[in-house]
Amino acid sequence: MKIYRFVTLIALMVMLLSACSAPTPEPTSVPSPVPPAVSTPVPASTSASTTATATTVATLKAPTSKSLNLYAWSDYVPQQLLDDFTAKYGIKVNYDTYSSNEEMLAKLQAGASGYDVSIPSDYAVDIMIKQGMLEKIDLSQIPNFANLDKRFTNQYYDPGNNYSVPYQWGTTALVYDKKKVPFEPKSWADLWDPRFKGRLVLLDDEREVTGVALQVLGFDKNSTDPQQLKQAEQKLVDLKPNILLFNSDDPETSIITGEAWAGLVYNGNATLAYREDPNVAYICPTEGCGLWFDNLVIPKDAPHADAAMAFLNFVLDSKESILITKEFPYSNPNAAALDQFKAADPADYSAYMAFPGTNPSDDFLAHTVAVHDVGDATKIYDQLWTDFKGQ
Amino acid sequence: MTTTQAEENNKRVPLMKTIRENRVAQGLLLISPANIYLFLLMVLPLLLVVVLSFLSRGTYGDVVFKFNPSNYTRLLDPIYGRILFYSLEVGIETTVLCILIGYPLAYYIARAPARQRSLLLFLILVPFWTNFIIRIYAWIMILRAGGFLDDVLQWAHITQGSLNLLYTPTAVMIGMIYEFLPFMILPLYSSLEKIEFSLLEAAADLGAPPWKVFLRVTLPLSVPGIIAGTILVFIPALGMFVIPDLMGGAKTILIGNVIRNQFLTARDWPFGAAASMILMVLTMVFTLYYTRKAGFGEDLLV
Amino acid sequence: MSEKKPPIWLRIYTIIAYLYIYIPILILIIFSFNTMKLNIRWEGFTLSWYSVLFRDQDIIQATQNTLIIAIISTLVATLVGTLAALAMQRYRFPGYAASETLMYIPIVIPEVVMGISLLVFFVMIHFTLGLVTITLAHIAFNIPFVTLVVRARLHGYDNAIDEAAMDLGANEMKTFWRVTLPTILPGVLSGAMLALTLSLDDYVITYFTAGPGSTTLPLRVFSMVRFMVTPEVNALSTLWVLTVFVVLLIGQIVQSRNS
Repeated sequence: MKIYRFVTLIALMVMLLSACSAPTPEPTSVPSPVPPAVSTPVPASTSASTTATATTVATLKAPTSKSLNLYAWSDYVPQQLLDDFTAKYGIKVNYDTYSSNEEMLAKLQAGASGYDVSIPSDYAVDIMIKQGMLEKIDLSQIPNFANLDKRFTNQYYDPGNNYSVPYQWGTTALVYDKKKVPFEPKSWADLWDPRFKGRLVLLDDEREVTGVALQVLGFDKNSTDPQQLKQAEQKLVDLKPNILLFNSDDPETSIITGEAWAGLVYNGNATLAYREDPNVAYICPTEGCGLWFDNLVIPKDAPHADAAMAFLNFVLDSKESILITKEFPYSNPNAAALDQFKAADPADYSAYMAFPGTNPSDDFLAHTVAVHDVGDATKIYDQLWTDFKGQ
Repeated sequence: MTTTQAEENNKRVPLMKTIRENRVAQGLLLISPANIYLFLLMVLPLLLVVVLSFLSRGTYGDVVFKFNPSNYTRLLDPIYGRILFYSLEVGIETTVLCILIGYPLAYYIARAPARQRSLLLFLILVPFWTNFIIRIYAWIMILRAGGFLDDVLQWAHITQGSLNLLYTPTAVMIGMIYEFLPFMILPLYSSLEKIEFSLLEAAADLGAPPWKVFLRVTLPLSVPGIIAGTILVFIPALGMFVIPDLMGGAKTILIGNVIRNQFLTARDWPFGAAASMILMVLTMVFTLYYTRKAGFGEDLLV
Repeated sequence: MSEKKPPIWLRIYTIIAYLYIYIPILILIIFSFNTMKLNIRWEGFTLSWYSVLFRDQDIIQATQNTLIIAIISTLVATLVGTLAALAMQRYRFPGYAASETLMYIPIVIPEVVMGISLLVFFVMIHFTLGLVTITLAHIAFNIPFVTLVVRARLHGYDNAIDEAAMDLGANEMKTFWRVTLPTILPGVLSGAMLALTLSLDDYVITYFTAGPGSTTLPLRVFSMVRFMVTPEVNALSTLWVLTVFVVLLIGQIVQSRNS
């Protein structure tokens, strides 16, 4: 019957169309230009990197795998970088995506496997290590590790970097539009000002938002004290009339359109807003602000661990690392890359260095407090958040 | 009836003949693909969920094999009752509005010339083959302060300032109806299309005014469609949280949020499993009661 | 079939309803030409996103996966669901209530729960995650939707027609093909279209049952939301919609030529 024909036609056409639009068929094997024994010379030490790690010139094992399964946020690794990697090693990269650390954790904890590299945030790495979900990393196979700014290695969640290497980092702090806000906010407490009625955008993140309330009350951001948490919840309820929306995906949009005047956002959001509107300011309030690190890890039982190691080293290469900074509004822990960036793109480099979203000052950093996993107290936070939102 | 014959030749009658003559066997045969498939892919995984709901959360969010009935008792906290209530409110409102808005549309399509019907249905569905997120973002663009709707209304001098629709319950409802309308229209159409319109004309010829024809003839005959549509809209709407989050500014919390949070943010899978079980039992009871009460499914051929 | 035209208010209502459905799509299409990467407001006209789209291997692969999964799961679910609907509306058999309950499970279960439980299930039976597992999951949640829609159609089906056909000498198979099926076909097609729509846009369940390399379009787009959804995705949606329209148009022309 005619209906059948319609349906089949449509199906066929769309399939054909999508097949035709693919420029090249998937390469089964890309000719590898790399000779078997690869030894990457350690990059010339730069002014920013301080003590080099133990290894100097090492003989790296060449990867034999032909593919790499990357599992990260979409648009977080520049396509150019992936193409360069494929060109150098002949390894095809499959780029699978998730839209939050928690989703990635849930999936891997439930037993999913097959991924070689992932890019979790600090607290997620902490959890993954504690649950034995990661492969150990032999830093001697990652000479480019020396490119990193030593301030950002050896963090609480992975002392010694046995399981992770930093990818990008940033802060979580207060953004506001100087032209719209009638005064100059200096602290989180300022957000409770009635002049902000219906003008705030906050991350939809129970830890960060509760953390702000805790800090305003003078408590520790990672507090597990039920009494303190109860007070924090009440403080948040008082803030409700000022909140226009919660948004962790694109809070900068409401700042750019002017619907929101201020809020709690990630540095990336603030930077994007600033690029659209130079009146946007990003500060670390007196009570403190947040800090985050995203890290490259190798999940346990990765089928192409050798390719993964090569990838980790490759990403830390200063020339490749610049690509990340050029495309995305985050802070780069790769000191060598930043030096090269300064030489290659002085104008963009100045812009990067000038804005606290990409380059927070030492004073800014001194006030940062990262969100730590609180173990069993997670339940209390969740209950509090549910109650707060339900009111 | 050939029962006696079948009994007599029981052993020697080939399977096909038995099936052809035995209505029970026919029914079982027809339902078995669905049953087998769903048993394997739904019941078995579901048993895992039931087991999970009685276990405990480890310190790092893993699952510990320790019996823990408190997951269920925790749900008695009034917080969750409030959330359930609010979710029901949203679900019912969405469903009722979908029926009101979708019915005339389904009716129009059902009465359109035969050649046009599939086309009109297709036209309703085609927009939903675009990406969900993009569609919501398009609505956000339309409804936000200074967005498309504001621009149009102000240009036409219908309003002065901004309507400030975005991030309000109204915006959420606009989005919900938008997303669930096809789920209501398709079953309604399916049911309405079947009606012999000569019946309606006959009723009209006999002197009944149009509204009476509708109330006494059309509406009752379309009840199965309304029921199917209600199930297809109400239940998913109960668990829907993406639209309230994106278009409502995530200022409210619904059951869907609670369950999702347990599996993701709080990483308390046992508690999430318990909450899901309760939700499932409630909706299952509702569905079965509602369909039976309204007569759907009792129309069996004996 | 009635030849009477519908009342004017109904026609106006229908037009407005279709506008409601299509205005966001228009906005979507227009903004696929926007120069602004963040796509918040209109800044200028460009076709560049379309060329980005055609060069984006990942999105193309994801689109193909999405289509394959959608078509297969729709076909299987429509078949199985129609049979089930027939069973439930016309027959009595032991386990009827249990079958009905079973049928409703995929509708009442929260998506996260279904996703995670299927994932754990597949892992436990050592079934590699990939396109197959996604398709299996899609079939599972599509079956009840098809069944429900077809049941609505079958309800009150006058079996006298079937009996008449059989009295006239047709066997059961022939009766089914020539009489029953054509009559319930609108319901079957509605169910199939619903299943297709559900499958094309599914995120949560697909996310948990996908394996490395088997990403779908919703997975990619949802993940992009965290950074920015560029006009590239608008471009993809626009192409999709336009393709379907072109095919429909061709179909209409062919049909009017035939009759």
